[in-house]
Amino acid sequence: MKVLVGVKRVVDYAVKIRIKADKSAVETASVKMSMNPFCEIAVEEAVRMKEKKIADEVIAVSIGPKQAQETIRTALAMGADRGVHITTDARTDQEVQPLAVAKVLAALVEQEQPGMVVLGKQAIDDDSNQTGQMLAGLLDWPQATFANEVTVADDKASVQVVREIDGGLQTLSAPLPAVVTADLRLNQPRYATLPNIMKAKKKKIAKHKAADFGVDLASTVEVVSVEDPPVRQAGQK
Amino acid sequence: MAHQRLPVTIGHFRQYLALINNGSGCLHRTVSSYTQVHAKYCPIQYQSSRRFGLLSRSMQKEEPELTSVRYNVQRGNFARISSEDVAVFEKLLPGRVIADPEELVGYNTDWLRMCRGNSQLLLRPKTTEEISEIMKYCNAHNLAVMPQGGNTGLVGGSVPVFDEIIISTSLMNKIISVDEISGTLVCQAGCVLEALNTHLSDLGLMMPLDLGAKGSCQIGGNISTNAGGLRLMRYGSLHGSVLGLEVVQADGTVLDCLSTLRKDNTGYDLKQLFIGSEGTLGIVTSVSILCPRKPQSINLAILGVSNFENCLKALKEAKGMLGEILSAFEFMDSPCIDLVKANLQLTNPISDMPFYVLIETAGSNGTHDEEKLNLFLEKVLGEGIVEDGTVATDSTKIQSIWAIRERLAEALLHDGYVYKYDISLPLANFYDLVIDMRERVNDIATRTVAYGHLGDGNLHLNITSPTYDHELLEKIEPFIYEWTSRYNGSISAEHGLGFKKKDFIHFSK
Repeated sequence: MKVLVGVKRVVDYAVKIRIKADKSAVETASVKMSMNPFCEIAVEEAVRMKEKKIADEVIAVSIGPKQAQETIRTALAMGADRGVHITTDARTDQEVQPLAVAKVLAALVEQEQPGMVVLGKQAIDDDSNQTGQMLAGLLDWPQATFANEVTVADDKASVQVVREIDGGLQTLSAPLPAVVTADLRLNQPRYATLPNIMKAKKKKIAKHKAADFGVDLASTVEVVSVEDPPVRQAGQK
Repeated sequence: MAHQRLPVTIGHFRQYLALINNGSGCLHRTVSSYTQVHAKYCPIQYQSSRRFGLLSRSMQKEEPELTSVRYNVQRGNFARISSEDVAVFEKLLPGRVIADPEELVGYNTDWLRMCRGNSQLLLRPKTTEEISEIMKYCNAHNLAVMPQGGNTGLVGGSVPVFDEIIISTSLMNKIISVDEISGTLVCQAGCVLEALNTHLSDLGLMMPLDLGAKGSCQIGGNISTNAGGLRLMRYGSLHGSVLGLEVVQADGTVLDCLSTLRKDNTGYDLKQLFIGSEGTLGIVTSVSILCPRKPQSINLAILGVSNFENCLKALKEAKGMLGEILSAFEFMDSPCIDLVKANLQLTNPISDMPFYVLIETAGSNGTHDEEKLNLFLEKVLGEGIVEDGTVATDSTKIQSIWAIRERLAEALLHDGYVYKYDISLPLANFYDLVIDMRERVNDIATRTVAYGHLGDGNLHLNITSPTYDHELLEKIEPFIYEWTSRYNGSISAEHGLGFKKKDFIHFSK
C-alpha cells in the first residue's frame, strides 16, 4: 500500500523566536528552518513501514515556498520514494490554515489512493493540531491521533494504534485506510546516511499549485497582531 | 537520546517536545512553541556535567590522594596562613572568605581527579581592586596564592599543590560592554564561556573559541592557558582574538593593557606574554576580545573513514572545496565510539568504521554553503575517501552529533582514571603514536582512545584504567614524550603545562 506523509518546513526548534517589529508575524527572514519535528517522526514511521514491507511506496508532500523542496529532500533522504510540492508564497505559519491544508491533502489522497496518511500531530509554529483530524473528516476516514505505537495488521485491513491521552495510553483499532498523527514517542527519527542523501537528489518531486486541486489557500482568518508573551515576573518570597 | 515516558496528569495537556536525559541522570524537560514562554532550553544538555560537583559526586569513590603525597613534591619556603591573615581577608571581602574544609574539597580537586591540594582558604573577590589588595598583602607576607577560574583545566594547573590560598574569579562575572559593529566584547575574567556566548548570541555575535568545558570554564582561565578548542582552525588562536587585558601582577600592581583597538603598534605588545602564561606572570582580571559574527547557517557532517590516510585526504579536500566556510575538522577513532556507547549510552549515527571525521561548516548563506558541502560530499564519497556518513542541518541533530565528540572527556572519566595527553604532531606521523602506544599498554590499560583537532594537527591521546596505576604510568611516560620529541612535536598542544607537565617542557623546547 502507499503511505502519504505530510512534512512542513518550520522555524528550527532550537531557534529563539523573534517577532517582527510591526507585530504582524514571527520573523522568518534569515532564520534557520527545518522539518517540523513531528513530521520527521511521521516520515520515520512511514519509512519503517516500508522496511517491514507493509508499505511499498512512501510519498512526502509539503505545502510551501520554493525552499519547502529542501524539506521534501530531507524526507526523501530518510527513505521516502517521491515528493509532491504544492507551491505557495503565503506564510505557512499563519496564512495557510489547517482546513486549506486538509483540503489539498484530501484531493491528493483521491489522486494517489494511499492506504494510510501519516502526519505529525501538530506543527511547532502554529500548534494547531487540526490538520490530521480535519483531513479524516473530509475523507470520512477513521483517525488515530497522538500515536505512540502503530501496528498494521497482517492483512493490512486494519491498524492498531496506541494513543497518548491525558489519562494515560489508549489503544484503538481502526480499519484502513486511516489518518494517523504522530506524537513524540512514536519513534526516534534516523540520521539520513550519506549514500541516501545522494540518492535523494535523483528522486522525483512533482510540483503543483493548490488551484490544480481546486483548493483556494487564501486565509479565512485575519491575524490582528503577534506579540511576545509578557515577561515573566518574579515569584513571591 | 533516551525518550522516557512521563506520567500524564489528568486534566492537563502538556506538550513534550523533547525529554533529554543528560549524563548525570537528571531529566531536563524542554517545551517549545511560539505560543508559550520559551522555558529553559538547555542548549547543551551535557554542560552541567563539567561542573565539578555534579560529576565527581556521582562517580565519587574516594578522594584522590593529596598531590603532595602522590607526586613527591616539596613545599616552597612560603609562610603559613594565620588567623590574623584570615581576619584581614574577612575585612577586605566580607562574607566571601571560605575556610570550611568540606566546601573547599571541590576547589582543591581538579576536574580529572588526579590532583588534590590542601588549601585552607578560598577568597572570592568581585573587583580588580580587591584582587590587587589581596596580592599586595600576600606578597608582603610571603603567602602563596593559586588563581582559579572554572577549574576545568586538564593538567592539574587549576588546583593548589599544598596550602596555597585559592583566589577564585567566579564572582567577577560582569559583562562590561559589547560593541555590535566591531564585535568587541569587554568583560571580567570570571565570565563563563557559555554565558558569554548566550549573551552575544542575541546580538548576532559569538565567542571566537569553543570547547567542551564551555559550561564551566571562565574566559580568564581560557586566556591564561591560551585555550584552543574546536574552532581554532576557523577563528585562530587567542593570541589573535584578544585585543586587551587587565592583569594584576604578583605585587598587586594593576597592569592596564585593556585596549579595544584592533590595531595598535605602539610599543611592546605586553598582553601576549600573559596569554598562555598559566597565571605565572599575573592574574587576568578583565578581558577585551574580538568576537566574530554568529553564522547564519551551520551544517555538520560526520563521515566514516576506513583508514587514517583517508582522513588526511578528506582534510585536504575539505580545505580545498569548503575553504572559507570550514569551521571545524575533528577526528575520532573507533574506540571513541565504543567508549561513548558504553559509558554514556550515546548512539552512533552512522555505521561502525575505523575512523570518523566531523566536519562543520559555518557561513552567512545557507544555500551557498549547502551547495559547497554537497559537492564536497559527492567527491569524497565518489572517490571512496569516505565510505559512510550523515549530514545534520537541524539544530537538534547537530547538537547530538557534536555531543559524541564533546563528551569524550566526560565518558573517559567513567572508566576510572584517565591518563590524558595532548600532543601536536606532524600529520604524516600523527596516528603512528597511537598505534605504538596501544601496543605498549593494551595488556594493562582498559582502553586507549585517540581523537582531536585534526585540522590543527592536535592529537588527544587518552588511556584509562579502573584506578590510578603507577605501573601503567611508568609505561606511558616518558615514552610518549620521547616519541613526540623525536618528531619535533609538542608535548602539550593546548592544555598547557600546569602541574602535570611542568617537568617535561624540555621535550619540546
